[in-house]
Amino acid sequence: MPAARLGELFQALVARGFEIVGPTARDGAIVYDRISGVSDLPAGWTDEQEAGHYRLIRRNDQALFGYVVGPQSWKKYLHPAEVKLFAAERQSGAFRILNNETKPAPRAFIGVRACELAALKIQDRVLLADKYTDPIYAARREGVFIVAAQCTQSAATCFCASMGTGPQVKGGFDLRLTELLDGAHQFLIEAGSERGEQVLLEFETTPAGDSELRQAEAAVEKAARDQVRSIDQDGIKELLYQNFNSPRWDDVAARCLTCANCTMVCPTCFCTSVEDVTDVTGDHAERWRRWDSCFTLNFSHIHGGSIRVSSKARYRQWMTHKLAAWIDQFGSSGCTGCGRCITWCPAGIDITEEVRAMREGDTHGNA
Amino acid sequence: MTAAAAQLDAMVPCPGVVRQVAKDTPDTFTLTVSRENEREQNAFKPGQFSMLWMFGVGEVPISISGDPANCDQLTYTVRSVGKTTEALVSHKPGMSIGIRGPFGTGWPMEAARGREVVIVAGGIGLAPLRPAIYEVLNHRDLYGRLVLLYGARSPRELLYRKELAAWARQPNTQVLVTVDYGGLGWHGNVGVVTTLFKSAKLQPANSIAMICGPEIMMRFVTRQLGECGVTTESTYLSMERNMQCAVGFCGHCQYGPHFICKDGPVFPYAKIRPLLDKHEL
Amino acid sequence: METLERIIQEHPFFAGLGDEFMDLVSGCASNVRFAKDAYIFREGQAANTFYLVREGNVSLEIYAPQRKPIVVATVGVGEVLGWSWLLPPYEWKFNAHATANTRAIALDGKCLREKCEKNHDLGYEFLKRFAQIVVNRLEATRFQLLDVYSAQK
Repeated sequence: MPAARLGELFQALVARGFEIVGPTARDGAIVYDRISGVSDLPAGWTDEQEAGHYRLIRRNDQALFGYVVGPQSWKKYLHPAEVKLFAAERQSGAFRILNNETKPAPRAFIGVRACELAALKIQDRVLLADKYTDPIYAARREGVFIVAAQCTQSAATCFCASMGTGPQVKGGFDLRLTELLDGAHQFLIEAGSERGEQVLLEFETTPAGDSELRQAEAAVEKAARDQVRSIDQDGIKELLYQNFNSPRWDDVAARCLTCANCTMVCPTCFCTSVEDVTDVTGDHAERWRRWDSCFTLNFSHIHGGSIRVSSKARYRQWMTHKLAAWIDQFGSSGCTGCGRCITWCPAGIDITEEVRAMREGDTHGNA
Repeated sequence: MTAAAAQLDAMVPCPGVVRQVAKDTPDTFTLTVSRENEREQNAFKPGQFSMLWMFGVGEVPISISGDPANCDQLTYTVRSVGKTTEALVSHKPGMSIGIRGPFGTGWPMEAARGREVVIVAGGIGLAPLRPAIYEVLNHRDLYGRLVLLYGARSPRELLYRKELAAWARQPNTQVLVTVDYGGLGWHGNVGVVTTLFKSAKLQPANSIAMICGPEIMMRFVTRQLGECGVTTESTYLSMERNMQCAVGFCGHCQYGPHFICKDGPVFPYAKIRPLLDKHEL
Repeated sequence: METLERIIQEHPFFAGLGDEFMDLVSGCASNVRFAKDAYIFREGQAANTFYLVREGNVSLEIYAPQRKPIVVATVGVGEVLGWSWLLPPYEWKFNAHATANTRAIALDGKCLREKCEKNHDLGYEFLKRFAQIVVNRLEATRFQLLDVYSAQK
């Protein structure tokens, strides 16, 4: 359908009671927020990304999805940074739990990239499909309407192709958009679910011709080819496990500030901590859950002190968990190749470079 | 109760009433808690733990140290080492605390059937092992010889002294106790818990060993057990790390690829042997 | 009735010692008893005997001024008490206090030292065994020093 009419999709979703959340430009970055219409999308903007570098640059067209991913990910909504677990009231030594959590309104996510769909799949596995289920994630995840957007370009920090997670969007969506800019500005829309099909029926579309399909395919393929970074997944688990004492960790530790940016921008990082608060009277208590990071000194604290004191140990924990231990725990890598950790690291530490250095150190027997 | 509600319960504490608080040592107390309406929820496996919530203060993981045959109450032996445990041991009978759980893997009581059960405890490590001892003594015919080797810092830090004496009198049972520092009036063994092995009459070919104590102590003990002929496959340890959710979501308790809250805290030694030597893991 | 030789042979310390050495050793051995609370030897005394404990319990103590003696270790059945007889200055470093009625085999250190000087193979057998005991005690002592059960680290 023509780009000019994309607003009809928004209207159709609003009419079905969804709160629309999507990308918008703010504070020099493309973030996710409630959007009221197409005018809120960052039309004509693109993102220039490198290790420790992010800038919004003007495009010479009005593409609505001509960028990749920003500092936020959909976990902002599904696995919130701050959420109340329960409240309790105390009366003369006894207490009772007040469990009256309200469920948030159903949401539609606009512009979900392939790497982000992979991240949703990974978080679903961690938070829904292991020994226990996280009811907070489950309540928010259920019924989310996903309008995916295939990337037609890659940032320098993207490496989803080598991780097998993109840029092609393969499943887990209700509707899939591919922006076509050659000639007429239009969108190829495909349904990926029954719900998606029904929504598609609500506005006028023309069936895609062969040239349009080829254009879409070519754009996505180009996005893959344009990627300059990669992680070689072959034997990566053993590589990291065996390199526990590699001197490379000291090298990274000298650069890492343990600022935890990487864990905050990472779409699959799920660690949280809990905090108990009371009101002034002390009779009303609440237990809150907030994002935490394995980079903090207190993360591994038990009586007497923390286990991972050095920044070396903490960086090693994060990277080994993300790329290796995650495979043992959940059956896949924890990394989607989105490149956020590379872009948002103030020291410009590049996880793909660290893996390469470790492999080469391994070959030369320097580990 | 719907499945969703049951899942929610895993994150939300149930109120329990403190029945008794007994002082074991200068900094360790044993609390007995009851939840009369939910007797079946009091069932636990030896080695499991609960998350105990102090209203408005915080939550701590505490091993259940009572008799698994007793469904009327749950017993916890708590060492006061910080703000939350201090609040916990300051509870008086009649006060409420929140309980979540039980969580975690238990001691291998099924695998232990028909075998000699060797229990090695250091300090407060005897608390999570006590339910295993009760289990053996409650079903004496199902198990072989029971050997308990227990080491503590000093005589006044020994836990369950009356029970230690009672267990020593049981048939087919050997109880050996030692302290690191003897002090006045102590006529028993002085030395680390590994020095007890020479007096323990083990049948290593048929032994199963369960160890709990400070990590350093467990490393020394596993080495000693190996020297005595007890296999790696027959040895089990209880590990400890920072624990907040106990359901595998907060990520704090990870030990290599293992979540101590759901893959442990009891681990076969063979599974974690390569991890024990790793610094800052 | 058990002969002294049989008793020595069966003690774990002498496991694996050949028959020709057993004769040399038993010539220096005798049966001894200590009543509860007796001091078997004291710090500073000449060390010319070592004991194979057969029954009872012995505390190794250090004397501290203005305090009762501090027990640093206990030696029980099947263990060896005393190694200061083997190497100069042949002087006890601790008190050995029988905390129960104790029976042991006493081996004349002076006699054994002379035999070891003449027969180096016998000497080597003794040193091998004592080296093992000392190593075990050292490791255990280091572990003890770590004070692993204390709350503050």
